[in-house]
Amino acid sequence: MSTLITLALVFGQLSLLAFGGANSILPDLQRQVVGNHAWMTGHEFAALFALAQAAPGPNMMVVSLIGWRVAGLGGTLVATIGVALPSSILTYIASGYWFQFRDRPWRKAIQAGLLPVTIGLVAASAALITATTTLDWRAGLVTAVAAGVIYFTKYHPLLVLGGAAALGAAGLVG
Amino acid sequence: MSQSSTPPNPTVADLFMGFFTVGVCGFGGVLPWARRMILEKNRWLTPAEFTEVLGFCQFMPGGNIMNVAIALGARFRGIPGAVAALLGLMVAPVVIVIMLGAVYDQYAEIPAVRRAFVALAAAGAGMLIATAVKIALPLKGRWLAIGLAGLTFIAIAVLRLPLAIVMPIMAVLSTLVLWRFKA
Repeated sequence: MSTLITLALVFGQLSLLAFGGANSILPDLQRQVVGNHAWMTGHEFAALFALAQAAPGPNMMVVSLIGWRVAGLGGTLVATIGVALPSSILTYIASGYWFQFRDRPWRKAIQAGLLPVTIGLVAASAALITATTTLDWRAGLVTAVAAGVIYFTKYHPLLVLGGAAALGAAGLVG
Repeated sequence: MSQSSTPPNPTVADLFMGFFTVGVCGFGGVLPWARRMILEKNRWLTPAEFTEVLGFCQFMPGGNIMNVAIALGARFRGIPGAVAALLGLMVAPVVIVIMLGAVYDQYAEIPAVRRAFVALAAAGAGMLIATAVKIALPLKGRWLAIGLAGLTFIAIAVLRLPLAIVMPIMAVLSTLVLWRFKA
């Protein structure tokens, strides 16, 4: 029970900080899940993140997966609701006011101000996840090739993830 | 088409089903699927309205498409609509992700599966790097904004400060600096 309460508190707090979605909160998620509460290893965390990437749906799904890993079905529900509810209530309330304020200079100033912060957060997430997944030079090579293929080509991300998993299963990586 | 003259009026069930299809299909990013469902399939919004709603949803904390579901549900059917749209979006992905997790649990000890996950995680990291580069492109040549992004990066990735401290400080600092210097 106390684990579920902790899950709700951890994810509920991150919900209102998730400007730019799940990718912004990954470092804090990792710190809480791997560091503070020691629910799993760093590498396991990175594997769950990748697994959530390979699944359909919003990228917040990584939270559902972590909840499941920590405390089964109850953990899934608590983590998912915990991360979705606070921001959803805020969005619901704000959506009524948004169109009143959309042309106000202060609103545009805040939006412009949040952009570099979100970019810095996603870059930090990428750096910390990469530090966790780069177990050797071959894993690092997979990361570099995947980044290049996703960035420069129009291949479907699932193809990249599936291809990497196949290389790993074949014993070429890992 | 004749429907385009009458304003869209989706029911709670329509909202649930519409976002359900987005959740099921949304491999590798839900945004293109949400766009297709809302604009092309159902004509719930005009493209200009969609851009505006999306801008709002990116502005708010939380998943962008989760917020789109909330905002559209609220717009057409109030609280029941918002709940139905969000549930529709989330239910299938949550079930699928748990099934994947169960597979991981069951077979993680097999060497080939363990290696597959090492490579999968590495590729996932690569995807995130590509995402970071893509969203950073609008900062090209804007040195002040690049500096603010860099400062956020250092605070989180190098100094490992908690987001609850970094987010408010950097949001205020960035807004004031960019506003003051019109950069």
